[in-house]
Amino acid sequence: MTREAQDAIKAGIPIFIGYVPAAIAFGILSKGCGITLLECFMFSAVVFAGASQFIALNMLMTGMGPGGIILTTLLVNFRHFLMSAYLSTRIAKMAKKKIFLMAFGVTDEVFSVLSFKKGELSSKFVFILQWSAYSAWVSGTVAGYVLGGFLPEILTKSMGVALYALLLAILLPEIKQSVKVLILTIASGVLNTLLIKLDVLPNGWNIIVCILAIALAGSFFITGEVKEEVYE
Amino acid sequence: MNSSLIPLILGMAAVTYGPRLMPFLLMTNKQIPKRLDAFLKCIPAAAIGALIIPGVFSATPDMPMAAASGMAFTMIFGLWRGGIIIPVLGSVAVTCLILFFAG
Repeated sequence: MTREAQDAIKAGIPIFIGYVPAAIAFGILSKGCGITLLECFMFSAVVFAGASQFIALNMLMTGMGPGGIILTTLLVNFRHFLMSAYLSTRIAKMAKKKIFLMAFGVTDEVFSVLSFKKGELSSKFVFILQWSAYSAWVSGTVAGYVLGGFLPEILTKSMGVALYALLLAILLPEIKQSVKVLILTIASGVLNTLLIKLDVLPNGWNIIVCILAIALAGSFFITGEVKEEVYE
Repeated sequence: MNSSLIPLILGMAAVTYGPRLMPFLLMTNKQIPKRLDAFLKCIPAAAIGALIIPGVFSATPDMPMAAASGMAFTMIFGLWRGGIIIPVLGSVAVTCLILFFAG
């Protein structure tokens, strides 16, 4: 196995660990909502976007029609537009059909891991990482539906920390090197907290406003330097 | 729920995939203006900040201390030795222990 594949698998393990309990929860909840195994599987296999799937189940239960659910899904998942925009500047030249596949796997965690990987992103690294995320999400969903809560509750609860720990672990080396990254991160977290407290934006838009506002502010105040410090 | 959810699911898939795909088609292999590039470079820190805060404070809603301890482990180990796997697994283990003994 090449060094690159090994790195990708290593990077994929924490995502796998983080996705499984969330996916199991989705499977259990789907069953509770009375949807079929096929539908439950399809949710995870073709939508592949955690938060929006939970929201969709919720809205189905309240009797919301498909139009409202689809619109909400668009709003909730639109943040990936910004993440893909960033990633598109980092990927190596590759065949177009690979891009279509790669775009499907842009989730918050995959994006985060890729963000701070040094150098150009090869399709091999990206695909291995996305596959570990996708396999965890889909297999966890089915396992949750079929087996129910087979993991001890205390373990699933604890595993809920994994994705936050993953994000923090990715961020730490960057923060060590650049105080600007620290400032941007904290500013964004504070703004997000504030927006959630205010509770005026539709679901999913708090984070979009945070990314737009903080990245825009960052691009004015810290032009040029960030590139050298963080990405080289 | 009587009618099939498959059309709904496909609709959700389409509106999720569209925004994920569009930037790749528009921007890959293109020269990007400096201004825009500086903006894009700031996206990771901005996104990750908002993904962590404030969600992390309710990661273990019954006992926020448990998640906080787990994250403290990640912070300390991550700053000290770095890496991803140990900081992540360790945080889960610490959280689990606290939930088990103090919960």
